[in-house]
Amino acid sequence: MSALIGKKIGMTRLFDEQGNNIPVTILEAGPCFVTQIKTKENDGYDAVQLGFDPKREKLVKKPQLGHFKKAKVSPLRIIREFKNIETDQALNLGAELKVDQFAEGEVVQVTGRSKGKGFQGGVKRHGFGGGPKSHGQSDRLRAPGSLGQSSYPSRVLKGTRMAGRMGNDRVTLKNVRVVKVDPENNLLIVRGAIPGANQGIVYIKKK
Amino acid sequence: MNKVDMVAQSQLRDDIPEFGAGDTVTVHVKVVEGDKERIQLFQGVVLQRRGSGINATFTVRKVSNGVGVERIFPLHSPRIAKIERLRTGRVRRAKLFYLRNLRGKAARIDEKR
Repeated sequence: MSALIGKKIGMTRLFDEQGNNIPVTILEAGPCFVTQIKTKENDGYDAVQLGFDPKREKLVKKPQLGHFKKAKVSPLRIIREFKNIETDQALNLGAELKVDQFAEGEVVQVTGRSKGKGFQGGVKRHGFGGGPKSHGQSDRLRAPGSLGQSSYPSRVLKGTRMAGRMGNDRVTLKNVRVVKVDPENNLLIVRGAIPGANQGIVYIKKK
Repeated sequence: MNKVDMVAQSQLRDDIPEFGAGDTVTVHVKVVEGDKERIQLFQGVVLQRRGSGINATFTVRKVSNGVGVERIFPLHSPRIAKIERLRTGRVRRAKLFYLRNLRGKAARIDEKR
């Protein structure tokens, strides 16, 4: 599996050879640096820690600065561990991972954090139908309907879908097709929408 | 240039003639049927142009057998073989949706002199 940390830039459209319109999302993927290699002996599990998005040295706390110095990389804003990473290149401390691990036409997995929607009702949050608009109804249009049965069980079952906070969830999209790779500008162009706002952090994985 | 525009830059067409709302145009559309490709013509009045960059589209309206037909074309689509401007209309607004409520003589557009 290869993995990268990236940033959602925005959406646009492209045309393929047949002239079909393809909606695409542009991701700035990498360059990522290996900041730590965790091993079974040392840490109890195997993983590779990747960092993305450089930031000024002044903004980094001293203990963190030491962590980056150890890997001989400039300080980075986003740090995340990935398990089972396999790449063609050797994953030494400080190694640089770029978009060129991905190729056009490949299928990848993209994880992001969806936009927060705030407190939402059942109609938007769970796709409830709401009530009828007419036939003598009042105040029922977006009501959730029945919450359960009567004397037995005499309570609302746990997990019953109701209104509440929506969005701001970790969402993983599978089978996202890579439309184009631009290694020069570190851009990965994938088909369709990707969870989260522009400038949001995304994790890109390939089986 | 921002990164979104940069990606689509190579697909922008530079062979599009100047035209706007109120103009009468013929759009030569490539139609793929099975493995054959032919050109279909769509002639009508441009109701609007919208969007910018690769996302720009334009709407063409014609009245066919008494039925109004509108088609929205992506301006930079490779399916468009050619756009011909036949008449330049004199109109006073950028979106001509009021034409939908007019028919016959009232729906005419003066030519720009």
